[in-house]
Amino acid sequence: MNAVTPIRTPAEQALIGAFGALRDAGPAAAALESLRVDGFARFEATGLPHRRVEAWKYTDLRTMMREAKPLAGAPDASALLAAKVAVGRLPRVGGSRIVLIDGHHAPDLADGGPLPEGVSVSGLAEALVRRPELQALLAGQPATRENTAFALNNAFLTDGLLIEIAPGTAVSHALDLVFLTSDGAAKLTNARVVVIVGAGATAGLVETHLGPAGTDYQKNVVVQAIIRDGARLEHGRRQLEGSEALHLSTLEAEIGAEAHFDTLTLTSGAAVARNQLFVRFSGENARATLRGVSLLKGRQHADTTLVMDHAVPNCESRETFKHVLDGEAHGVFQGKIIVQPIAQKTDGRMMSQTIMLAEGPAMDNKPELEIFADDVACAHGCTCGELDEDLMFYLKARGIPSQEAEALLVEAFAREAIEDFGDEGLGEAVEELRAALLASVTDWMLART
Amino acid sequence: MPAVQETVDQVKAIDVDQYKYGFSTDIEMELAPKGLSEDIVRYISARKNEPAWMLEWRLDAYRRWLTMREPDWARVDYPQIDFQDMYYYAAPKSNPAPNSLDEIDPAILETYKKLGIPLREQEILAGIAPEKRIAVDAVFDSVSVVTTFKEELRKSGVIFCSISEALHEHPELVKQYIGSVVPTTDNFYATLNAAVFSDGSFVYIPPGVRCPMELSTYFRINEQKTGQFERTLIIADKGSYVSYLEGCTAPMRDENQLHAAVVELVALDDAEIKYSTVQNWYPGDSEGKGGIYNFVTKRGDCRGARSKISWTQVETGSAITWKYPSCILRGDESQGEFYSIAVSNGAQQVDSGTKMIHLGKNTRSRIISKGISAGRSQNTYRGLVSAHRRATNAKNFTNCDSLLIGDKCGAHTVPYIESKTASAVFEHEATTSKVSEDQMFYCMQRGLTQEEAIALIVNGFVKDVLQQLPMEFMVEAQKLIAISLEGSVG
Repeated sequence: MNAVTPIRTPAEQALIGAFGALRDAGPAAAALESLRVDGFARFEATGLPHRRVEAWKYTDLRTMMREAKPLAGAPDASALLAAKVAVGRLPRVGGSRIVLIDGHHAPDLADGGPLPEGVSVSGLAEALVRRPELQALLAGQPATRENTAFALNNAFLTDGLLIEIAPGTAVSHALDLVFLTSDGAAKLTNARVVVIVGAGATAGLVETHLGPAGTDYQKNVVVQAIIRDGARLEHGRRQLEGSEALHLSTLEAEIGAEAHFDTLTLTSGAAVARNQLFVRFSGENARATLRGVSLLKGRQHADTTLVMDHAVPNCESRETFKHVLDGEAHGVFQGKIIVQPIAQKTDGRMMSQTIMLAEGPAMDNKPELEIFADDVACAHGCTCGELDEDLMFYLKARGIPSQEAEALLVEAFAREAIEDFGDEGLGEAVEELRAALLASVTDWMLART
Repeated sequence: MPAVQETVDQVKAIDVDQYKYGFSTDIEMELAPKGLSEDIVRYISARKNEPAWMLEWRLDAYRRWLTMREPDWARVDYPQIDFQDMYYYAAPKSNPAPNSLDEIDPAILETYKKLGIPLREQEILAGIAPEKRIAVDAVFDSVSVVTTFKEELRKSGVIFCSISEALHEHPELVKQYIGSVVPTTDNFYATLNAAVFSDGSFVYIPPGVRCPMELSTYFRINEQKTGQFERTLIIADKGSYVSYLEGCTAPMRDENQLHAAVVELVALDDAEIKYSTVQNWYPGDSEGKGGIYNFVTKRGDCRGARSKISWTQVETGSAITWKYPSCILRGDESQGEFYSIAVSNGAQQVDSGTKMIHLGKNTRSRIISKGISAGRSQNTYRGLVSAHRRATNAKNFTNCDSLLIGDKCGAHTVPYIESKTASAVFEHEATTSKVSEDQMFYCMQRGLTQEEAIALIVNGFVKDVLQQLPMEFMVEAQKLIAISLEGSVG
């Protein structure tokens, strides 16, 4: 068969052009050059994924990303000022706030006092010069490396943030990490944050993503977390992007022995969102809890795709994802638990549940198990349906208006994924976050009509 | 426990030899020239004396096939198939279209006797109570050699014959329904089948008739270097009922042989079709040498309101299995069921499951799938449940469990659940586990040997599926499971 010359979509052409321009502009961070070249080569080989690519079957990025916006530069003074106002309006969750505007760290917008002891924040490019061993980490795990969104993030990697928690540190307040897209013409933001939680340390991190409503900006964010032996990381995410936004997010986590990783994502923003999680156990007796709640209405499309890799024995993972769909929204859940041949005594349980509030939405579920070890307990479940009529009747019979009754039931539905999130050690901050997330579920329900 | 491993190895070695249908029959065959071309398609059509429209249909499919690519999404791994290095037609030379049993080559009759398939009606009548009779269509390589009880079935209006015969006797029925469930353009292997299918069974149950006996087809691949491409078409007219069984075996050979069948079921208003398969093709040896590639497209169309199609399968054979018996639930209130046990051993690869496509209102489906992997085998359940916008109140329940025996095998679950209507209720659950040590302890404490205990637990595990099998097959299936799992203590 002759070699096929791919036909490039305008978005692909723009991305290829943007990469060329980036290279011509000189090495913004020479240390990142090889990662960029590798990421770009991967993207160039495959192009934007489409529905015939199994991992993107339900999110045809080639169709959904018709054009690529120009790459966002560092924000100017006026953008910073506007951002300060926008970020100021956002209630703080947890302790110190770290702000990224259009993917660029804005130290002036930091808030909530100095960083707690044992926590350090530095520029990624600069850190890489000092510590070349970070290169391998940035290149991603094998499964992540294959991913186009991740490859694109690497292709445009000029800098990022490195957050480190020193071994043995117990950080009492979660870090509040804000990713803001500034007003003005729609742009493509490329952001990267690496979090390293030292051995035995405990930390919390809450990401909030937001941007202007009515602008079709694009964001491709990658967060890589290394949770060393005996450490714990509580990771929350609020995706509150503007209504027209395209949001691609990749969370990669590597969990050491006896470590614990807990993540919860609330998705209610963006026109098109893809939330990817690649989580791998690298030490025994570790635990991971992955959860998500997606509230979608109108013509929103949100995809959660996760790969939970049990690469070592004796680990436990729990995946709980809830979708509430209204209007003509489209929800996607693709989860895969891999149990490698040596990963005996694995315990994995995955659950995806959906409630549809209208006749128009669609939900696609693909909960996969890939098992190569025999002494394991793995299960997945999946349900999809409307609100229980009997429960609605019960509530209405007690004088609760229909809209409130629905909100109550949906809150109860979402609560299952939210309520045991977080660790006692992080105290009030996580409790506040839980309360805030539950409140946002109720608000979303009540604002629906 | 090292002793156990020894036992495992010993029994595994026997396991391969335990394929008791591995003999071959030495008779003179008429073969089409090797390879595939338009001429071969014409040759097959001419051998069967087919009407012109059928040849055109085949040629269309063949031309389409030339433009298609072999699918690579299944979790199976095999060397490239050389489609020019096999025979697409093989028929016993003596008398390819016998009119009665007496005209059949005795060697073939002997083969079926050895396989335990009753072909002589009087023998069956003598031994078994009338209500337990089974009508058999025996397909030997590319041709149907005999169909029993045809006359008696005809009395109640049931047509049961080979599809070649149906093309002559009932062309209007064949023309109306063939390719209406699995179109010639459906997929690589179904399209190939449409071009070169050589025989298979045809069943038509007239309105309101409950088929007076079980129907069955027994497929046997005998000749070397041949592929078997049969096509089965079952039509249950309004308010009728039929239970159909299918069995398959093949000789042990070092080469891989291709079996690419198409099965089409059509159930009109209030009709019910129960389709059971015991698939026991030669699985290859313990090193994965030889064995049948079973690439089959099976689909049922619940075309009428309140119709019902139920698939039951017991899969123990084949080197590679690639099949997804499906139901299109088009009629309002129609029902689809899929019960499956897939046991893989040695180096077998199974990628099987079902599709339940809900199109009509108030449609229901149920999927119970049990996969058992042992040896170095890979066993994948791949299934789709989807509800279309107008499939209001569709309901599905899926339960797919996997059991692993030993740490060299793999069990995978790849379900797709797609819902486009709020009132559809889909529930899916899957678990993977090892034979429970507690259960083993309990059984052995009561004096069962380890092997017996495993057999008991596994039988309990697959009971849901076995219950759906017709009586005769249930016994057979239980035996098959015992064979495949013997000595597989992990």
